[in-house]
Amino acid sequence: MWRDAALVAGKDLRIEWRSRVGLNQVVPFAVVILVLFGLALGPSRRVLAPATAGLFWVAVLLSAVLAVQRSFAVEAADGAGDGLRLSGLDAGGIFVGKAAAVTAQLLVLEVVLGVVAALLYAAHLSGFVMLAASCVLATAGLAAVGTLYGALSAGSRVRETLLPLLFFPLVAPVLIAATKAWQAGLQGRPGSGLGWLSVLAVFAAAYLAIGTVAFGPLLEDG
Amino acid sequence: MPPAVRFRDAVSLAGRFPLLAGVTVEVGEGEVVHLRGPNGAGKTSLLRACAGLVPIVSGAAEVLGHDLVGDRQSVRREVGLLGHRSFLYEELSVEDNLRFAVRAARAPVAGIGPALELLGLTGRIGGARAATLSTGQRRRVALAVLVARAPRLWLLDEPHAGLDAAGRDVVDVLVAEARRRGATVLLASHELERAATIADRAVTIVGGQVVAVPAGAAPAGRGEEPLVAGEVAARPAIVGEVGCDVA
Amino acid sequence: MSSTTANAVAAPVPAAPGGAGRAGHQPRGAWRGRLVAATGGAALLGIAATVWLGLWVTPPDVYMGNLVRLLYIHPPIAWVMYLAFGLAMLSSLGYLWPRTRDLRFDRLAGAAAEVGVVFTGLTLVTGSLWGRPTWGTYWTWDPLLTTTALLFVLYLGYLALRRVPGEPEARARRAAIGAVVAFVDVPICYFSVYWWRSLHQLPSVTAGKSYIHGSMAWTMLLGFVSFTLAFVWLVVRRYRLAGLAQAEEADGLALALAERRAEGEADAVGRPPGPAPLVEHGVGLR
Repeated sequence: MWRDAALVAGKDLRIEWRSRVGLNQVVPFAVVILVLFGLALGPSRRVLAPATAGLFWVAVLLSAVLAVQRSFAVEAADGAGDGLRLSGLDAGGIFVGKAAAVTAQLLVLEVVLGVVAALLYAAHLSGFVMLAASCVLATAGLAAVGTLYGALSAGSRVRETLLPLLFFPLVAPVLIAATKAWQAGLQGRPGSGLGWLSVLAVFAAAYLAIGTVAFGPLLEDG
Repeated sequence: MPPAVRFRDAVSLAGRFPLLAGVTVEVGEGEVVHLRGPNGAGKTSLLRACAGLVPIVSGAAEVLGHDLVGDRQSVRREVGLLGHRSFLYEELSVEDNLRFAVRAARAPVAGIGPALELLGLTGRIGGARAATLSTGQRRRVALAVLVARAPRLWLLDEPHAGLDAAGRDVVDVLVAEARRRGATVLLASHELERAATIADRAVTIVGGQVVAVPAGAAPAGRGEEPLVAGEVAARPAIVGEVGCDVA
Repeated sequence: MSSTTANAVAAPVPAAPGGAGRAGHQPRGAWRGRLVAATGGAALLGIAATVWLGLWVTPPDVYMGNLVRLLYIHPPIAWVMYLAFGLAMLSSLGYLWPRTRDLRFDRLAGAAAEVGVVFTGLTLVTGSLWGRPTWGTYWTWDPLLTTTALLFVLYLGYLALRRVPGEPEARARRAAIGAVVAFVDVPICYFSVYWWRSLHQLPSVTAGKSYIHGSMAWTMLLGFVSFTLAFVWLVVRRYRLAGLAQAEEADGLALALAERRAEGEADAVGRPPGPAPLVEHGVGLR
């Protein structure tokens, strides 16, 4: 399974490396979201700076949907979805591999987005360990849920609208916990964010486990 | 030796439409069998069922000792399907596509080079993105994947379609080579003449069922050129025994 | 709806092949139909009695005044919501477990979830009506309220997933996995919202701690019983409707098989080349 996961993750990342869709489209999209928040909430730093963590994570959530959609669009092209089924790869491995690739792409996006948010909203980035840890855990959870729901809606003609409807309510705990953890980090008292990290860890672990088990049956739908 | 493929009254559905309406067929290990029949008869569905892609809702189906009714996954590593589409990742190069497919199937990576060479995909084209390939070239890549994977059962859906004269000859060589190595080949084709020269025998599918065709009386299938059908009719030895009973 | 209409609709159901699996036993089927109708009637009467008792018979509460009357229906409705989602989860697990895999579980899960979503909406509405005079606002980010609202959208998504067309087995499997995925989220959601609130040191709002006794307690109990009966009745009716729809779908199969085979026989005897067959290779690729 781990070998298959590495193979699939490597394949997805290589596709991203060749096509640069994430880098050229999803990252700018996320930056635009941050700018729009700035415009909507006014130029006052007193409003924007405290909201940095929340706005950052909403932008990540919106981008995550795009990243997941891209991850499954790649499989649907030219019958590659059938190819995945015929490949003989372990279904759990495919899930972990695809989730890992989405995680890696989103983490890169978060680094860019974090810097941009700090600049735009005049937030002071501190508590890097807390910020990084919450990014890793939250993103793993987002990628797990996204990959699971991506596969769930991949076969249908309404996938573009179905995925966000399924995805956003489910990741509400991630939004809450990640925002709180970031606030703790930004306000320079990272200790108070540890509890939120555990929420993120539980979420990621639960959905990675469910996805690994459930992906086999899902892949058969076609 | 147990048969490589054994279907008994197998029914398979797409929604409410029966792709297979009770197929009964048996193919021995090492045989090369030509599937014939008009468009929409169920040839593609039978091949996809053999690959475990289409669920069997009633009847019995066994491929390479795997019971497809209970478990459609385990058979997949041992069969190779050449479908209407080529299962390629558009953004990846020919070589990357091949390497992924071969490693996924746990076949030796050493087979990639010779396979590319056999299909004429060496040099510049090996590094080209799949999206830039022509239909014929995509077919060649898909065939190269099969060669490198060396499956026990080859499922070829219209393998000659979209290939130039040289490519068609390569297909024939590949089938002969697969047979020499002891693999079983199921080949759906409208090119009756060409298929007749490489297959041991023919099986006719019409309306989602295998039908027995009396020797010398090839069905005037819809969508088939009468000239070709006539030529096959002149080779009763190929058309004859179909090894099946009609439900 | 009155119990007579219930009887009229419920009676023919057991005759349908998909209705209950063991079809065709008329006495047993009729008995079942009557039981369902009786449940519906009892639920209706019970709810009517609860409303009557709640609005006219019971006294106003010492602390809450007339607001207490909402307590006779709001907690029962919320209870039905949990019951519905619990049932949806259990039947989804029943479908996923290979030994008990049966499309009946899928139908039951769908029926329960649909009723659950309706009752979640009612919970939110009655909760808001209670909140306006009590807290001075229709909405507050209370853990229970927030979780309930998230539950509402979460299961709206689940119902949307159920409506995605596909083969019955594939659709059922997708839906069952979706239900498990959604259900696992509920406790995580509740705890994170709860904690999110408590860290702000805002007063947590819990249901009134008023002392309930006598006619009030009995009215509330009656509310619980009759809403539960209403839930059972709605789920059974919805489940049977889904069964009928599925049976109708399955009925076409024998015909489709015969047609498909006839296509072959017509060909075997040498039918003249007719119009091109309806199946292009598109079907084969699905």
